[in-house]
Amino acid sequence: MKIAYYPGCTLKTDAKNFENATINLFKKLGVELIELKKWYCCGTVYSLTKDNLMYRLAAIRNLIKAKEEGYDKITTLCSICYNTLKQANEMARNDREAMDKINSFMEEEIDYDGSVEIIHPLEILKNMEDKIRENVKKPLNKKYASYYGCLLLRPKNIAIDEFENPSIMERMLEACGGKLINFPLKNECCGSYTVVEDKNAVVERCYRIISNAKINGADAIITSCPLCHFNLSEIQEEIKKCYTTFTGLPVLYFTEVMLEALEG
Amino acid sequence: MLAEKVEELSGENLYACYQCGKCSAGCPMAEMMDFLPNQVILLILRGDEGVIDSKTPWICAQCYQCGTRCPKNVDITKIMEALRAIKLRKNIDHLKINKLKKLPQIAVVSATRKYTG
Ligand code: SF4
Ligand code: SF4
Repeated sequence: MKIAYYPGCTLKTDAKNFENATINLFKKLGVELIELKKWYCCGTVYSLTKDNLMYRLAAIRNLIKAKEEGYDKITTLCSICYNTLKQANEMARNDREAMDKINSFMEEEIDYDGSVEIIHPLEILKNMEDKIRENVKKPLNKKYASYYGCLLLRPKNIAIDEFENPSIMERMLEACGGKLINFPLKNECCGSYTVVEDKNAVVERCYRIISNAKINGADAIITSCPLCHFNLSEIQEEIKKCYTTFTGLPVLYFTEVMLEALEG
Repeated sequence: MLAEKVEELSGENLYACYQCGKCSAGCPMAEMMDFLPNQVILLILRGDEGVIDSKTPWICAQCYQCGTRCPKNVDITKIMEALRAIKLRKNIDHLKINKLKKLPQIAVVSATRKYTG
């Protein structure tokens, strides 16, 4: 099986390890991820003002590129890219007036109608649970806290799973032999991009999230978002300065851990 | 009129809110805010322009928790964006560039999207 893949900016730089692990994991399961020949930054966070469609063009252009290259389905790893592409696509499907404006503005491109489907890698893996089990060489032997953050689950219309109580990541790690802990803060935001402006806000958020995972017995936190990963891991040194008894946890991408189990 | 402007930019009906506080109870950034999300709605309805200069719209992380839990389907995430837009469109940027350190692209691009006009 082949599936088209949109990387986004951070997967090619800071989160290169996430991209590599995912491509290799899928290869092991017989799925080839084919990167779009041409793509742009999606603009990251989805823009919400009603009257400014300019900010949504980048996302729509990527979907047009996918269509021009002959795909009706693409996958993307980064939670922010997933959220932005998916929300832009929902607009393309449901807001005729906005799309007429966008299409007439982009004279050089084919018109876009929302016909490309955006699918998250976890949604692809969900249908391969048996195959994952069969391919495990070295079962995972740690206790994990799977952390979803916000943008894979909200707003409701783009959620990859139940938005208040998701379990899709847990199921994948369980299929690889991992033990999953109960983790009430798994869908609470880590502070996201506010880290740029107000580091202390993210220190407080991540302290709460990591401590909650620890109290519940986790050996590691598993995430699927490069920004959650950055906040939860890089900010730990800062947390230690504020909370002297804090000891921290390793933070890993779900595909890194799954690949470990499949490679043995 | 502030309320009209916010409704126009956000597409949300501010009068639907009945001040139950559920949005604020679930907001992960609430403890860092000077006004809670439900208070922001009240201030806008009162025409209090000070809300535009408060910390709250800038500390909102666009996590959509408030709107998904609101019993009246008020999407406060969009209201926060409207408040930011009012200031940014007056060409008043919020980003303090000197604070940028080693950060991933995703954080930098997001911040320029949210904090500059
Ligand atoms: S949850 Fe909704 S109805 Fe309740 S205070 Fe917040 S915005 Fe108003
Ligand atoms: S979107 Fe903003 S206001 Fe709403 S819960 Fe998240 S941080 Fe709070």
